[in-house]
Amino acid sequence: MIDRIAELRAEAEAAIAGASHSAELEDLRVRFLGRKAELPNLLRGVGQMAPEQRGPTGKAANQARQGLEALIAERAGQLAAGELESKLVTDAVDVTLPGDPSQPVGRLHLLTATRREIEDVFHGLGFKIAEGPEVETVFYNFDALNHAPTHPARGRLDTFYTAEDVVLRTHTSPMQVRAMQAEPPPLYVIVPGRVYRRDSDATHTPQFHQIEGLAVDEDITLADLKGTLLAFARAIFGPDREVRLRPHFFPFTEPSVEVDVSCFHCTGGYLRGGARCPVCKGTQWVEILGSGMVDPNVFGYVAEHGYDPERVQGFAFGMGVERIAMLKHAVPDLRLFYDNDLRFLEQFG
Amino acid sequence: MRAPLEWLAEHCDAGLDPGELATRLAMTGTEVDRIHHHGVANLDAFVVGRVLSTEPHPDADRLTVCRVLIAEGAETQIVCGAPNVAAGQTVAIARPGAIMPDGTKLKKAKLRGVSSDGMILAEDELAISSDHDETIVLPEDGLVPGQALVGVLPISTEVLELEITPNRPDCLGIYGVAREVHAATGAPLAAPPWDEDPGSLAGDVPAQVAVEAADLCPRFTARAFEDVTIGPSPMWLKARLVAAGQRPISNVVDITNYTMLLTGQPLHAFDLDRIAGGRLVVRRAGAGEQVVTLDGQTRTLDSDVCLIADDDGPTSIAGVMGGLRSEVQPDTTRVLMEVACWDGPNIHATSQKLGLRSEASGRFEKGLSPEQAMEAQIVATTLMLELTGARLVPGTIDVGGPGPQARVVGLRDARVNGLLGVEIDRAESAQHLTRLGFEVAERDDRLDVTVPHWRRNDVTREADLIEEVARLHGVNDRLPSTLPSRRGAAGILTAAQRARRRAEDVLAGRGLHEIVGWSFEAPELDDRLRLPAGDPRRRHVVIENPMSADQAVLRTTLLGSLLQAAAHNAARGQGVPGIFESGAVYVATQEQLPHEHRALGALVPGDVFAAKGYLEALLRALRIDAAFSASPQPFLHPGRSAEVRVGESIIGWVGDVHPLVYRAWDIEPARGVQAAGIAAFEIDLDLALDGLDTIPRYVDLTSYPELREDIAIVVDAALPAATVLETVRAAGGKLLARAEVFDVYRGEQIAAGRTSLAIALTFRAKDRTLTDADVAPIREKIVARLAKDLGGELRG
Repeated sequence: MIDRIAELRAEAEAAIAGASHSAELEDLRVRFLGRKAELPNLLRGVGQMAPEQRGPTGKAANQARQGLEALIAERAGQLAAGELESKLVTDAVDVTLPGDPSQPVGRLHLLTATRREIEDVFHGLGFKIAEGPEVETVFYNFDALNHAPTHPARGRLDTFYTAEDVVLRTHTSPMQVRAMQAEPPPLYVIVPGRVYRRDSDATHTPQFHQIEGLAVDEDITLADLKGTLLAFARAIFGPDREVRLRPHFFPFTEPSVEVDVSCFHCTGGYLRGGARCPVCKGTQWVEILGSGMVDPNVFGYVAEHGYDPERVQGFAFGMGVERIAMLKHAVPDLRLFYDNDLRFLEQFG
Repeated sequence: MRAPLEWLAEHCDAGLDPGELATRLAMTGTEVDRIHHHGVANLDAFVVGRVLSTEPHPDADRLTVCRVLIAEGAETQIVCGAPNVAAGQTVAIARPGAIMPDGTKLKKAKLRGVSSDGMILAEDELAISSDHDETIVLPEDGLVPGQALVGVLPISTEVLELEITPNRPDCLGIYGVAREVHAATGAPLAAPPWDEDPGSLAGDVPAQVAVEAADLCPRFTARAFEDVTIGPSPMWLKARLVAAGQRPISNVVDITNYTMLLTGQPLHAFDLDRIAGGRLVVRRAGAGEQVVTLDGQTRTLDSDVCLIADDDGPTSIAGVMGGLRSEVQPDTTRVLMEVACWDGPNIHATSQKLGLRSEASGRFEKGLSPEQAMEAQIVATTLMLELTGARLVPGTIDVGGPGPQARVVGLRDARVNGLLGVEIDRAESAQHLTRLGFEVAERDDRLDVTVPHWRRNDVTREADLIEEVARLHGVNDRLPSTLPSRRGAAGILTAAQRARRRAEDVLAGRGLHEIVGWSFEAPELDDRLRLPAGDPRRRHVVIENPMSADQAVLRTTLLGSLLQAAAHNAARGQGVPGIFESGAVYVATQEQLPHEHRALGALVPGDVFAAKGYLEALLRALRIDAAFSASPQPFLHPGRSAEVRVGESIIGWVGDVHPLVYRAWDIEPARGVQAAGIAAFEIDLDLALDGLDTIPRYVDLTSYPELREDIAIVVDAALPAATVLETVRAAGGKLLARAEVFDVYRGEQIAAGRTSLAIALTFRAKDRTLTDADVAPIREKIVARLAKDLGGELRG
């Protein structure tokens, strides 16, 4: 009897191993382990056996059945995986077709993207962001920034007036004074915003955007200004950039400097083909902003807010967002920013 | 300011090539816009020649064929068109290959069949003046044919075009620039051209001057000249004027211009015989008083204008423009040279008011020193005597005299180093300042610095001196790059700034493109937006001096900008794009400054629900709980528009754009899958973010599951879904976490005039898992309340 069990088991094992699909395997399961199959029937007949035969025979039959069941399950898993694989293969698609539904992609305007990029650089340098009114008093826009009464920028040829003593701010600098009125030193702040001047051509639009910077503490130096702007220039225009300070004049800084960044478009002022670089005009330097040490007269307007000109000093700078964007992204005409043509907008942001 | 290098070098010759000099000046604070070449080039081709003989051109009446000696033993033939050319003259010759001032290259030519090997030059051909009538006739003395012309006439120079900052009117003169070159390079500076005065202070000037408006005229000087012969200036002077951008006129006028260009101080020459009564009065104009200025225009003045009058009335607007009546004429023989100092702000105001700018006003308005007046007077005297055959009447009228005593400003060593962040020793500071004309005296911890008169207005404080030292020390190569110590500074965005970025990102992330519109708009836009009289959006900030009528007011809504951008793209075959803008709008108030707020608006193809979808997404992203209710706007579809409320505030609107409005921008929406139309929204972002709780706090939503049930309720079609949901929420009590409409049905299966709303109810308890038994009574209560309050029936 035990021999028969071994025989059945061997026969079944061979058949299971040879089964080539799930249905065949199911047939084998019925044939060897089904209700009418020989092995279960052997088991059922164990009771009628001689007592000394019952133990070994029952055990052998049980082991054979369990072994076959496990084998069938294992084989079933193999066959199912193979069959799924074959089914998947027939289910192939053209993966070069576009996604569906296609997800739209919008863009931030280049001015916003550039502004945020600059803001983030100065965040890293410890500056906060302040914003102020675009329609501004003559006091904040000119007087408190130490503009002489005859300063040409005050003229109606250069500046938009909405009343005798109210202008569309011509720079973001009025926020210097407002920011100092609002908070005592130390103060590290940048002021992004829209500004206005009466100018209109390929390089001027009557509205444009600036970012002002102001750092006031007891020991801020011109060298700190240089280091800060060097960090800025490298963050925006690349790690190999250098900055160059040139003395200049602004009413509200003393000393005042204009800042150039080493050209990021050429080598030695010339393009690879030998043409003169259109960005730096062959000079190897590109002017990016005006700056300087805050004039003591400006502190004089906020002295009672903790800005004693004998105790605090600081630097200020102002740059054009359009200019930075044009330089960085090779945008040739300022007016493109305000046409809002999709073919322009899609390229940035 | 144009500084011809040939002229500059007479006062300070740095011996540098022009580019190098320009860089040195730029790096010490005098910006050089560009360097241009003035006059001719290829100088070898310009020589002295002698006309040997002339004969008429066979085929042209006006041309003369000349034999010209152009070098020892070398003759050539030149055809000349000038009537004055004659045998024996020493002339200026351009040989073939010469580059003329306009850049053209001279070639051998045939004129009416006769060959011409070069050109006999007139002044205009050398850019000495605009005179083209006659060829230049050179003095014979010592000139040899073949000799280079460049040593004889000023025919070529580089010109630095300087951008002089408004604080440095002293650099609006060649000598002032020379002083900067001296300071920047150390090259020796020649003595000032006013060092020796050929005139005298004492004497009897045959004119009277009364200064009634002393506040507007700190100094008035005058000298008289007799036996003046008006004629052309010498070529060297004309050449310098032309190179500096001035047109030569006649010797006396040229002397005033030349002296101004050299010293920075404007002057005016009166014909003394045309000064009525021989008397000048400096006074404020009477209201409405008129004067005819040199440009021939009649100007009407007011009492803030300072003028110079004689016995017949006004002759000049002081410091701005001379009068026609007393101008120097060809027959003038007596000249009164006036050099005065005027109050800068007043000249500025007058020039602005009259819309009249001149070389003189541009200088005076920056504030010249009274001392400069006498400097210019001396230079002019020298030239008058040298160039016009004049005889100086002894004496000088001088009302007002020199300016206030020179200021002494302390320059502390510690402050220099502390402000710049670099050590500069005192000796170096002293050298820089001395070269600039300051006097320095050593003290224990500082220099005491005396400010020269020409820097009186500009240098008044220690910081101004530090700037002088810094710029000459070099703010670039010799300055380290350091970072501030940043005590207590942390760079972060405020909650509102973060939220604004998020709002923009939400819209861009959903496919809208951000635009940046103009703050300006045309007042007519209000009509195109159908804004009725009295609408708050008609309360514009009005610009008093707009650049064009299209930009006369500031926008009160973003919708105009959005429509304009949409129209721009639609007109270029790109359809109506989905766009948004995040920017300020401005509403005039009774206050000095208008109300400005940051608005966020979008325009999308589709209907109110398309726009609302974007708006809800951004409000949800910002966790702003907003409510919508039907509300018209003049520019929206009356039945498809809503106001947006947050708490008690109305923060904006959303809706279909009224067809008449988008048609006013020539936009026709495309007919597509979406309902044909254009929708928009705009919110006041400042208001929306006001008081927003930006720090979310944890709520336990995970310990116990939610239970969801859906109901469909049939109500009157006119009833807003919002009202139904309010009723549901009110009836749902604490356990009802959310109620949301997820489907709407109108049609055959329900009665006409009724709508079926499918509502998802979500129940949750903080402390246990809810069962159907918990929820069933609430559900019943909701259904009952809907039936009672709104006539709602449970469907199906």
